Amino acid sequence: MSTATLTPKRSASPSNSLTAGQLPAWTTPVVGAASLAVGFLAAWLLTGEIGLGLGVALSALVFLVVMHVASLTIEGGRRATDRLAKHLVVGMFLLALLPLVSVSLTALTNGINRLDPTFFSTSMRNIVGAGGGAAHAIWGTLIITGVAMAISVPIGLLTAVYLAEYGQGKPLARSITFFVDVMTGIPSIVAGLFAYALFGVLFGIGTVNGMGGAVALSVLMIPVVVRSTEELLRIVPNELREASYALGVPKWKTIMRIVIPTAISGIVAGVILALARIIGETAPLMIAAGFTQSLNTNPTSGAMMTLPVFVYDQYARPGVPREPYWDRAWAGALTLILIVMLLNLVGRLIAKRFAPKTGR
Amino acid sequence: MSKRIEAKNVDIYYSKFKAVEDVNMVIEPRAVTAFIGPSGCGKTTFLRTLNRMHEVIPGAYVDGRIDLDGEDLYGPGVDPVNVRRKVGMVFQRPNPFPTMSIKENVLAGLRLNNKSAGTSEQDEIAEKALRGANLWEEVKNRLDLPGSGLSGGQQQRLCIARAIAMSPEVLLMDEPCSALDPISTLAIEDLIQELKATYTIVIVTHNMQQAARVSDTTAFFNIAGTGQPGKLIEMDSTEKIFSTPTVKATEDYITGRFG
Repeated sequence: MSTATLTPKRSASPSNSLTAGQLPAWTTPVVGAASLAVGFLAAWLLTGEIGLGLGVALSALVFLVVMHVASLTIEGGRRATDRLAKHLVVGMFLLALLPLVSVSLTALTNGINRLDPTFFSTSMRNIVGAGGGAAHAIWGTLIITGVAMAISVPIGLLTAVYLAEYGQGKPLARSITFFVDVMTGIPSIVAGLFAYALFGVLFGIGTVNGMGGAVALSVLMIPVVVRSTEELLRIVPNELREASYALGVPKWKTIMRIVIPTAISGIVAGVILALARIIGETAPLMIAAGFTQSLNTNPTSGAMMTLPVFVYDQYARPGVPREPYWDRAWAGALTLILIVMLLNLVGRLIAKRFAPKTGR
Repeated sequence: MSKRIEAKNVDIYYSKFKAVEDVNMVIEPRAVTAFIGPSGCGKTTFLRTLNRMHEVIPGAYVDGRIDLDGEDLYGPGVDPVNVRRKVGMVFQRPNPFPTMSIKENVLAGLRLNNKSAGTSEQDEIAEKALRGANLWEEVKNRLDLPGSGLSGGQQQRLCIARAIAMSPEVLLMDEPCSALDPISTLAIEDLIQELKATYTIVIVTHNMQQAARVSDTTAFFNIAGTGQPGKLIEMDSTEKIFSTPTVKATEDYITGRFG
């Protein structure tokens, strides 16, 4: 970190028992550049071509070994181990970042072609070949996730309040916790079948509409909201509850006005994460909300398209020529990523707005 | 405004464990009563039964009778919420509400209990409580800043202001100075001297000099051994307890021979 600006210059005192050998600051970049060169050269010698993957892997290996040996000889075992651990951590981080960056870049480069006003303003009604758009799918996604949120957040929040504030150790609370844990593991297709069956029983076999999709998504969202909210309510210090009780504030009001506001930023973040998790669901929506090519903003009747299903539909069942369909699929995927990004951004803003102030 | 507390044959339990046994005492109004004794002897537990905070812990209950000016706190149909509105409490560690500003913290009791008060009246109550807690001069220019930005001693005085803004009849203090430096401690001790003109004050303390400085009456609790219930050993005027206690254990504890 940039603590260098704060450190005053000191002249080295000649006799100090606390000094130890130290690699100069330029070691890391120099060894890094050298390892890259060696790694790529070795890859070229081995395979006869400049392979990116093999080159980077060999370079990383060379870097790890050289740095460790250098550190071991100059700085000693403790520092060498420290460096090795640090390099491994950074390496794993970069490795984890790789698919993320790759996916975003691919979606961006392929999706940007069709990210035009027509894409957002028209549906696929009567469109064959080029043109058309995902207006129906965007509306469908927003409506279905909105309804799913309206169902899940109150249920999830109140369940979490019961678990954290009222139910401690009671058999009912224990069984709820157990079933919530089971629900987190439900395959999403099962949630879709559940909603489809439920609506079939209630409104006649074969009922497919936006509400069905929303119910399916709620089944997936509720356990996530319950779990995250419960954890957050539990870490609110008990002292605050006692302070409130000691002022003669009833329990329900203590929860509403002291406990939940203290944890609200985390609760909002948890809800947003749960939303981001369900907004990309495809399978349950295919079953419960169905397919359509036209705009339908009424969740209580008729099939409703959503972005993930739109992407699947465009990609898996293209017409001839295929390119316009695949372009639309990529643009749909990019739109979905953008919506999730926007959600996260809004979530962060809300969390920051509500976070307890430190005032220092 | 202040009231007299009378405890008769009080036993206090945590589920099956008897934590305090057979306490009989009278706490006089407009005076400071201090509870002293070794750790785990039940001082705090007993203090918390005086405003029914004890039963917040699952499985905890009280046997016996505690009267507040003749009204049984544990009588049938008594709402603990009503008890706590009359008997305020200050905790060991300062615990201002982190989501609220200094002023909102002081007014928290009023606002959360739906006592309607106009803006000017609220300002008046807040100022009076903060002046009462000796904090007004330090915070009058930053009433809208978060309470958690104050120093530890200031936060504790903020908590006292929050408690007295409810104008309780009794103020319970559970080691209010144990997390504070000597200067903040002095400020709070001075404050206790001022507050005793209006309130009945009960204070738990591990600091015997503090008990000697601030209290009029001192009660000494002791415990025979781990797993045994704590007992009230002796209660008398502070002067008498610290000069000529009648029980040997009290003398041993005060002179530092054990504990």
